[in-house]
Amino acid sequence: MQEVVHQKHIFRFSRIWVSQVLTFSRKKPVGAAGAAILLLMVLLAVLADVVSTHDHLAQNAYDRLQPPTFQFHLFGTDSHGRDMFSRVVYGSRISMYVGLVSVTIGTLLGTIVGILSAYIGGKYDLIIQRFVDTLMGFPGFILALVLVVSLGASLNNVVIAIAATFTPRMVRLARASALSIKEEVYVLAAQSIGASTARIVFRHIFPNSLAPVFVMATAYLGAAIVIEASLSFLGLGVPPPHPSWGRMLQEGARGYLEAAPWLTIFPGLALTITVFGFSLFGDALRDVLDPRLRTG
Amino acid sequence: MQRYLAQRLLLFIPAIFMASLLIFGIMRVLPGDVALVILGGGGVSFDDETYQSLRDQLGLNDPFHEQYGRWAWSMLKGEFGGKSLENQEPIRAIVARRFPVTLQLTLYTIVLSVMISVPLGVVAALKQDKWPDYVVRLFTIAGLAIPNFWTALMVILGLLLVFRWSPPVIYADIWEDPWTHFQIMIWPSLVLAWTFSSYLTRVTRSSMLEVLRQDYIRTAQSKGLAERVVVWRHALRNTLIPVVTVAGIYLGTMLGGAVILEAIFGLPGLGEGIVDAALNRDYLVIQSLATMLVFMMLAVNLLVDVAYVVIDPRISYRS
Repeated sequence: MQEVVHQKHIFRFSRIWVSQVLTFSRKKPVGAAGAAILLLMVLLAVLADVVSTHDHLAQNAYDRLQPPTFQFHLFGTDSHGRDMFSRVVYGSRISMYVGLVSVTIGTLLGTIVGILSAYIGGKYDLIIQRFVDTLMGFPGFILALVLVVSLGASLNNVVIAIAATFTPRMVRLARASALSIKEEVYVLAAQSIGASTARIVFRHIFPNSLAPVFVMATAYLGAAIVIEASLSFLGLGVPPPHPSWGRMLQEGARGYLEAAPWLTIFPGLALTITVFGFSLFGDALRDVLDPRLRTG
Repeated sequence: MQRYLAQRLLLFIPAIFMASLLIFGIMRVLPGDVALVILGGGGVSFDDETYQSLRDQLGLNDPFHEQYGRWAWSMLKGEFGGKSLENQEPIRAIVARRFPVTLQLTLYTIVLSVMISVPLGVVAALKQDKWPDYVVRLFTIAGLAIPNFWTALMVILGLLLVFRWSPPVIYADIWEDPWTHFQIMIWPSLVLAWTFSSYLTRVTRSSMLEVLRQDYIRTAQSKGLAERVVVWRHALRNTLIPVVTVAGIYLGTMLGGAVILEAIFGLPGLGEGIVDAALNRDYLVIQSLATMLVFMMLAVNLLVDVAYVVIDPRISYRS
């Protein structure tokens, strides 16, 4: 009997979820298209082993710089004879990894520091905010570049550098939203029954300030992927053997731009489509979750 | 107005101080230090004594604040932190050569962006939800989604394939050879302006839509003013305030893009200098050039704040 009730509950839950997705796609078809693109990219990254047609690292001197054909190499081959389609497919892994991890780190760190800054206030708030001012005065890309140069080019250092450029912006955003939530009656109620600072911050303020943070995080995902590609393009990002779209573009642009344009066209196209998906989805999400942030 | 400007100028000093401290701090965190780079550069082996004496000579054994003080003082004196590790060129000469190039690229981009985005934004707002609006939206969505270094590559490729022409590779000064200068600067400026004006067009459009619903616009229309006068005289000026704000916000993004585009088009600016120095691990050059880039951004932001006062006289009365 209990088993049946339990199943029924799951069933209802999933039905609600499905209907929510359907409502979202009906109201925001463009956003849903963005979400579909992202889903496709995530699937590509996860199923790279299945989707890729060749070994993405295998070099073949006889197959150097082959143009794209339907029978052999869909996106052609590079100067080492490696299959570009498989390389682009595997490249999505790096982009997704760097994007997701760096934005997650930046968002978590930024939100916690921002909320504490708002809640504790006083000198702590002042010091943190001056520091944030400094970081925000920096062009984000320059900060990431200087950090990567200083830390050394590796996958994790690229993630750290990109996270560092988003953290101050998240601090500012979370602080702003926590400042207004701090004055809500339920926070006062929690304080009056003697709840600890940690409890108020994590149980009351944190969940309620998530909507704008979440919207911003989606927007930064696209930006993070572009920063990674830009760093790799300059030769300062993810080192080989990781197949990064940025480095493929660099290899294609250096000497083969005219002779083998497919080396620069396809990785760039993949990058553009991914960023496009994030921006479409992010805009729709913003309208649904937080209409206040709408700018146009 | 004077008080506002004075306050704004005073804020500039701690901002540049903090930024330079941050850059210097980051460059000191590095795992391999400057002395190792100099000694290891030629691939020769060296003993610990040479290493330590070089560290002493470079002042790397001094406390952090002394090192920073020395560097900051040399920045202020205009020596920009000594000489390049790579080729012993005074960094002062490097800055003097590279700074104007980036400044010009930035100015061209801003001017082009304003010329593109104000008319487009106004037209999109006036023709809301009609085809001109959709065309403008497509222009901005594409401008924001396509990474500008890829656009740059596609532009170069397009010029090569269609016109069999590529931009000159040797940079020319505007005063010495204006035509070559134009040929080399126009493409990176246009590519950057596409991204930058996409932000500005969106804001111009939404801000214009908001202004057009205001009472004073209806008043102007109802007293029989020509639509042209209402839009360009009454509405536009009020539209521009958020546009200027957004221009200031995205300036950093634009400068980041300028770094890559300089590298692609071979413009000898600050950004290309930083990338070059980064690949050679020339820390002294990186920290000075990065500081100059941040300095430039803060200075342009200062100008943006001055522009506010010009556009909206009410702002000066703000406390």
